[in-house]
Amino acid sequence: MVEAHSAAAAVGATDPALLALAGKAAWAILLTPLICAVAILLVGIHRKSFAMAAAVGGLATSLICTLFLFFQASQGHLAVPFEVSVTWISLGGLSIPFGVLIDNLSLIMTLVVTGIGSGIFLYSVGYMHDDAAASRYFGMLSLFAFSILTIVLSTNWIQLFIGWELVGFCSYMLIGHWYAKPSAAAAGNKAFIVNRVADFGFIIGILWLWSVSSTASDDRTVHFATLMARLPVLVESGAVPVATLSVIGLLLFCGPVGKSAQFPLHVWLPDAMEGPTPVSALIHAATMVAAGVYMLCRTFWLFEMIPSTLNVILYVGAATAFLAAALGFAENDLKRILAFSTLSQLGYMVMAIGLGGPVAAMYHLTTHACFKALLFLGAGSVIHGTHEQNIWKLGGLTRSMRWTSLTFLIGSLALIGFPGLSGFFSKDEILVLAREHNLPIYLLATLTAGMTAFYTGRLWFVAFMGKGHAHGHESPPVMLGPLFFLAGLSVVAGYIGIPAWLGEHHEAFHWDVALTSTAAVAAGVTISWLLYSKRAIAAGSLVRALALPQSFVENRYYIDDIYTWYVQNIQQKIIAAGCAWFEQNIIIGAVNAVAALAQGLGRLLRLFQTGVVQTYVLVFVAGVLWLITRYLAVR
Amino acid sequence: MSINAWLLPLILFAPAVGALLLTLIPENRPDLVRRVAVLVTGISLAGALHAIFHYQTAAGGFQYEVLKPWLPQLGIQFHLGVDGIGVVLLLLHALCGFTGVLISYSIKQRVKEYYIFYLTLITGVFGVFMSLDLFCFYFFYEMAVIPMYPLIGIWGSDVKEEGRVKYSKQYATMKLTIYLTLGAVVALVGLLALYQWTGAQTFDIPTLQAMLADEPLSTAQQRWIFPLLFIGFGVIAPMWPFHSWSPMGHAAAPSAVSMLHAGVLMKLGSYAIIRIALPLLPQGAVYWLPWVASIVVMNILYGGFVALAQKDLKLIVGYSSSSHMGYVLLGIACLTPLSLTGAVMLMFGHGIMTALAFAIIGQLYDQTHTRWLPDLGGLAHQIPFIAGCGVIAAMASSGLPGFANFVSELLVFMGGWDKYPVQIVCGALGVVITSVYMLRVVRGTFFGPSKPEFEGHVHDAKTPFEKLPFIILVLALLITGSWPGPMLRLLESSTGPLVERILMNEPNTAPDSIQVHSPAKPGHASASNEHSEMN
Repeated sequence: MVEAHSAAAAVGATDPALLALAGKAAWAILLTPLICAVAILLVGIHRKSFAMAAAVGGLATSLICTLFLFFQASQGHLAVPFEVSVTWISLGGLSIPFGVLIDNLSLIMTLVVTGIGSGIFLYSVGYMHDDAAASRYFGMLSLFAFSILTIVLSTNWIQLFIGWELVGFCSYMLIGHWYAKPSAAAAGNKAFIVNRVADFGFIIGILWLWSVSSTASDDRTVHFATLMARLPVLVESGAVPVATLSVIGLLLFCGPVGKSAQFPLHVWLPDAMEGPTPVSALIHAATMVAAGVYMLCRTFWLFEMIPSTLNVILYVGAATAFLAAALGFAENDLKRILAFSTLSQLGYMVMAIGLGGPVAAMYHLTTHACFKALLFLGAGSVIHGTHEQNIWKLGGLTRSMRWTSLTFLIGSLALIGFPGLSGFFSKDEILVLAREHNLPIYLLATLTAGMTAFYTGRLWFVAFMGKGHAHGHESPPVMLGPLFFLAGLSVVAGYIGIPAWLGEHHEAFHWDVALTSTAAVAAGVTISWLLYSKRAIAAGSLVRALALPQSFVENRYYIDDIYTWYVQNIQQKIIAAGCAWFEQNIIIGAVNAVAALAQGLGRLLRLFQTGVVQTYVLVFVAGVLWLITRYLAVR
Repeated sequence: MSINAWLLPLILFAPAVGALLLTLIPENRPDLVRRVAVLVTGISLAGALHAIFHYQTAAGGFQYEVLKPWLPQLGIQFHLGVDGIGVVLLLLHALCGFTGVLISYSIKQRVKEYYIFYLTLITGVFGVFMSLDLFCFYFFYEMAVIPMYPLIGIWGSDVKEEGRVKYSKQYATMKLTIYLTLGAVVALVGLLALYQWTGAQTFDIPTLQAMLADEPLSTAQQRWIFPLLFIGFGVIAPMWPFHSWSPMGHAAAPSAVSMLHAGVLMKLGSYAIIRIALPLLPQGAVYWLPWVASIVVMNILYGGFVALAQKDLKLIVGYSSSSHMGYVLLGIACLTPLSLTGAVMLMFGHGIMTALAFAIIGQLYDQTHTRWLPDLGGLAHQIPFIAGCGVIAAMASSGLPGFANFVSELLVFMGGWDKYPVQIVCGALGVVITSVYMLRVVRGTFFGPSKPEFEGHVHDAKTPFEKLPFIILVLALLITGSWPGPMLRLLESSTGPLVERILMNEPNTAPDSIQVHSPAKPGHASASNEHSEMN
């Protein structure tokens, strides 16, 4: 019926046999998780161990195929970018391919997804072992892997959007995995709808971009490579005004604002922590929320042309980085602190895009995926061992859960940018960019680095060091293994040359930037140590002194309240109820009025139907007499 | 003789023969009655599948034609045939009818009469989708409308609000029947005017079309007739503000009738517009459709908001249907090959999705005896399979990729973007509203803690036979949604030429708004990407 075909871009040096093999491997990366998801949901829904094996095995297969392509490409055997695709929709004037695009960017992101994902899948085997609905969980996890890979390997905007919506669905299902809890069901709904609002802008942006992609109406395209070649020409010739493209860029940016939880649509991410912790690690820290940043990197050639949109992106990112870090100060839930931290780090990445540095953004995305997944899995290990996630009720974990604590410490140090660990290098890249382009933003970003150190220190000193005596048991090896694996990655990810792989030549190390940020980090850690470990400063008096900002932060800037107020009072009570009133009283009322009119007429006519024969005869005779008189008169 | 010559009569008359057979079966054999119904609708389904797989896309046009004189004195013929649009809608109806019969196993009262009416209804709708003669068309249309009246009036249920009757089933069925008949009468006036003014002495649609292509009616005449036809058929579609019969009709009807009603019957209106109004009155269409494009935005947004305010599950889905039919009408109003293809695809996708939704609500209502959202909750504990189907229906309705609805809405948006960007933006907003009320339904019905009053009373669909209708509908949505190519090519073979003909009739159309169609168009060739056409 439909035959697949592959096309190589830069055929050049690639051996045809290798190219054919690479094409198969590329499809395998994308489709194996889908096949496993279908198998689990169809036949494995009541077979837990089958589901686990299929999910882990599926993603591991994807990982192996990715590694194969990665080594072929890095050795220079395989010329990248190369693309395999089938035509998904082909109608007059419209052609939408579906396929796999392999280049350096997609390879690194695929490695993140399949590599870190495999670790998290394996960890889930331990974490979800006693869950009655574990099969559904693993099915959804596999479907998620397929969906995110659809985004990452996408060759065009529509395919990206398809993956975009599907990850949203999987996120919805996994956040609401424990659907019996009303808060989990509500959080799933919130995540889906907030993302839907953002995607409204996103799809309009895609439609508009498609409509300007050619001067001939039957030659339009959503294909990345074609657009990349075509758009600069169209802009240059004036066929597409820069102003139009800027608006399109803003609309497209709505997508990442939702998916990567940027202000003011960040509200769903903290609530999403209702899901099982491995889900938080995989979807809401390492991969899905980073998809927005990935999209911006993937299509940076578009944003490059529109500086005004880049500026908006910059400020949105910077605001998110700063405001979310502040939210971490007042949170007491272990996972939510990490969620705010994720928001803040995503803000860094988006900021890097705004500064014109997709490589820096991708670099930070990669290291962040390692250490934030590690932190979440560590948190999961703590929750698994203690059944507690309020940091004030934890404490003393370094004694009862030594390995978890050790790996958590490594993750924390990587997060705050401790010199030598991965976060240090990637954050440094962003700070260097900021100093070059925008001094106020640079200062804000450095301050945010200090704030990151503060809330991370608070978390560590209270939950792990503290005098508390949370009785936890160390997690099983199947959960510890991924922790060690990710801890190792968090250490080495700064040394393996990610920026060079993405095509940036490393400039000389900026000692001044590094020293300033390290000083900020040291200050942040010291203050938190004084406050929460040494207790040299009474936290209570500090809170009293900062009552106003404190109340703002505790209520998350009242943004959730504003949305709730809008939904309950404006949308529900005014718009929806108003329409329902109009429906009931005007539209249905009018129809009933017409019916009543007909009925009334009938009643009126019924008066003549007396049933008294004498009356009929009287009227009849009167009529005849009248006709006769008329007849005579005319004569 | 090849099967093609009697394929359409087979599909059409199998349910009719079934209805006749049922009159001979004694009342105390309900199982036999049900089996006959399953058998005859199964034959129709098999026929419809055969028709769609053997339709010659390359040739296009009307196929499987049957032509017999009926009342030659008046130029009336028994003329059947389907094009790409018709064959897809046949499949839609066959699927909904067959699964509806399976769902109707829960009907326990007056089983025989129920199925007689139900099979008559099915025959009527099949007839509409394959009629190529205006008289036939009208005849079958009335045949579909009349059984609705007893079906809702006898087997339906009152629509309640806070325990009080909001719309009685008598009110709902009366309103539905009068509205549908009135719409048909308005359209009939238009049809008679057409018959009169052409002086053709024929009701044959292809003949009329050919005649009108040679000597079209004057622009003024077309502009007079078109609104009559459009409003008459639009009432059935249902077009705002003539939609109010439909949500309460859905709500009062028994499940299987709601399935057919929302799934297929509403599509008769949009189908009639595509089959009759557009090709016969192209200039009228081009003149009036811009107005339509704006009015249907009211369908989409207003219907969505009213759905947001409802608490009766069937009313929510009912208003959602009227909202989603807005996309179908928008796709028609945009009048591009893409948008029209999307509109027909959405007729299919929405039909299956709504049938699924009503099948699920029917199961819930049979067991819990309530459809009032605040009374439900936590049902995923008791009925995981139905709950899973519920999530799927909600997601399909909100246009999640992988389901037919996504593809079709996307095509409507892409096809209409050049002409009506504002309306398209409003349409995209409607998708957001849909997900708000659909997720609210899913959460309120299935999620949350298990309710004690349902423990032990509510049973899941367990046997393969009970699951069958749900599986069929879900698969239909998934297959056409994740691999839409074949169905789209099928539709395009009919929508493309149709739109082309209409726009060629319009002298003022700028050349670039005509999307030229060639059956095999090379994809975008570039250094990195070569898409070969796949046929």
